[in-house]
Amino acid sequence: MSALLEVKDLVVKYGAIEALHGISLTVNQGEIVSLIGSNGAGKTTTLRAISGIRRAASGSIVFNGADISRQAAHAIVRSGLVQSPEGRGVFPNMTVAENLDLGAFIRNDHAEIAKDLERALGLFPRLRERMGQMAGTLSGGEQQMLAMARAMLTKPRLLLLDEPSLGLAPQIVQTIFKIIREINASGTTILLVEQNARMALQVSHRAYVLETGKIVNQGDAKELASSDVVRKAYLGH
Amino acid sequence: MGIRIRVADFVQTLIAAIAVGSLYALVALGYTLVYGVLKFINFAHSDIFVLGTWTSLTAAVVITNKMGIEPEHAPWWVAMCVFLLAIAMCATFGYCIERFAYRPLRGAPRLNVLITAIGVSLLLQNVGQLPGKTVAESGGSPAATIPFGAIPRNMPALIEDRVLNETSVAEGTMAGGSKRGTVKLDQNLTIEAERQYRIEYVKPPAADAPAGAQSSIETLNVVVAEPGTIAAGEEISTQPRRNAKDVEGTKYRVLRSPLVPIRLIDVLIVTGSIGLMIGLQILVFKTKLGRAMRAVSHSVETASLMGINTNAVISFTFVLGSALAAAAAFLYPLKYPLVNQTAHGIWVLLGLKAFVAAVVGGIGNVRGAVLGGFLIALIEFFGSRYVSTELRDVYVFGLLILVLLLRPSGLLGSTAREKV
Ligand SMILES: Nc1ncnc2c1ncn2[C@@H]1O[C@H](COP(=O)(O)OP(=O)(O)OP(=O)(O)O)[C@@H](O)[C@H]1O
Ligand SMILES: [Mg+2]
Repeated sequence: MSALLEVKDLVVKYGAIEALHGISLTVNQGEIVSLIGSNGAGKTTTLRAISGIRRAASGSIVFNGADISRQAAHAIVRSGLVQSPEGRGVFPNMTVAENLDLGAFIRNDHAEIAKDLERALGLFPRLRERMGQMAGTLSGGEQQMLAMARAMLTKPRLLLLDEPSLGLAPQIVQTIFKIIREINASGTTILLVEQNARMALQVSHRAYVLETGKIVNQGDAKELASSDVVRKAYLGH
Repeated sequence: MGIRIRVADFVQTLIAAIAVGSLYALVALGYTLVYGVLKFINFAHSDIFVLGTWTSLTAAVVITNKMGIEPEHAPWWVAMCVFLLAIAMCATFGYCIERFAYRPLRGAPRLNVLITAIGVSLLLQNVGQLPGKTVAESGGSPAATIPFGAIPRNMPALIEDRVLNETSVAEGTMAGGSKRGTVKLDQNLTIEAERQYRIEYVKPPAADAPAGAQSSIETLNVVVAEPGTIAAGEEISTQPRRNAKDVEGTKYRVLRSPLVPIRLIDVLIVTGSIGLMIGLQILVFKTKLGRAMRAVSHSVETASLMGINTNAVISFTFVLGSALAAAAAFLYPLKYPLVNQTAHGIWVLLGLKAFVAAVVGGIGNVRGAVLGGFLIALIEFFGSRYVSTELRDVYVFGLLILVLLLRPSGLLGSTAREKV
């Protein structure tokens, strides 16, 4: 298996505060890898650094063989690394259709976009009924679906998902994770950030455990799920 | 005053308000667009507008002078060139101001950006007053100076204003009267109250004119005291005064002024501005670039996660806002030809009114800026026509206070909602 994303000794600071103290992680082509940890551990910060929104103080981020740690955020998206941000980040004053169009912003292959749109709407039939509705008026779950469908339309090689299940009812959480599997099955590599460690470990191949800016545990998702430390700290039994 | 006159007066006030309102709206759009993407007030925006008026003035003077033509007789494409130059100049300045003054402060505290904006504004106001240079090659006649500087100048009438809806009431062949400044028509002329009459006639080229000289159309204003009928062959006093032999046997037509004159410049201002506003509306709401602008306006970060080059979008927004200001700056001196020095209070007030228009409509909202522009002009013109001229500016700022009290986010602004 070849590494699609390789993060080495990543340090990120907010002013004087160091949020990440040199973390390293690898995501291989075709995998679902999850990054779990409690509030304020630095999960979002990691994704923001990878996406180029927050500059790394030091360390390297290699995507698809190229160092992207100094690249502009929009250029990183164009190279195939796409993030669906925490809190969904849909554009509330635009319609569902316009939000989806923005997902395909970097693409010009209209016929392919139409096909991918069909595929995304097939996964999220709820969105099809609401194409003309303002995204801000969607329910939380629908907004999350929109955010994921939008990210799919960017046609990423690597998709970063920041807490897709946050604040959703258990039923919808099930749906979301099912779709994460489907997206992965169709060839998209996924780095998943979750607080819902149980679900995350179920769908993932491998996982990293982040605690106050440090990777404290890593390995096969099934093994981690059954390890005592992780069970106590994140699975609650 | 008769009811017809009163209605006519009302309609004239309305037309003036719409013309000036569309200019306010164009400038207000610049404030609102920039606020939309960067969430700060670009205080240098009104100075970009003033730069546009001076660029138009300079271009008009220099081009007509180099070509050796009277501005009044300049072909239409000279006005077009002047318009495009003003746009190019303002767009360049808008781009540079963003690139070199504001972009380095991205992420800095709001106050720093605000102070910088005021600094850029003062810089433009004061640099604009540096004395102009003489255009050396053109022999240094006074009209040949590049007219930047502290002295107000008159914008050359590149597009001559005229009333579009005069009525032709008589046509025929004219004869000169018994004394200078009087003419005789070959038919009766009915003079109505509250109207002006002018006689247009074709003046053949002078006897000593070089071959190929064109005949010109001249105008004589009819001087009459009373409504009534002037019989054929009766002498009519006219201004300017012409000798009998100059008008002897020339073709003429008599034009009656309308109750509500529609002026070419006003039509140009209103159609031009509304055309631009519709274009902007389409750009912002129907194109990919417009979607990118709206995405950046909501969140620069999320927009960049869509692969949008947010810096390019921000630059484009500045260029767009500045170009709209330049369009207003080209149109404004066609109506009010006196171009004051760049720091003059009249510009400050005008910029302030456009800003108020943007705030009243809901800053950041494109349709709001247009609505605000028209609203401000309507209240200003009707207030000063029917209540008191002195309070002209009071109405505008009164409206601002009222709107801020009742709807703090402006008429079309979304009621303040924090981002989730
Ligand atoms: N913009 C910021 N300025 C200062 N500190 C920040 C900023 N963003 C995050 N931090 C700090 O960095 C640390 C990591 O935050 P981060 O958002 O990455 O956590 P997280 O693991 O995503 O948490 P959560 O599960 O609550 O989303 C926290 O201590 C947070 O307070
Ligand atoms: Mg987070």
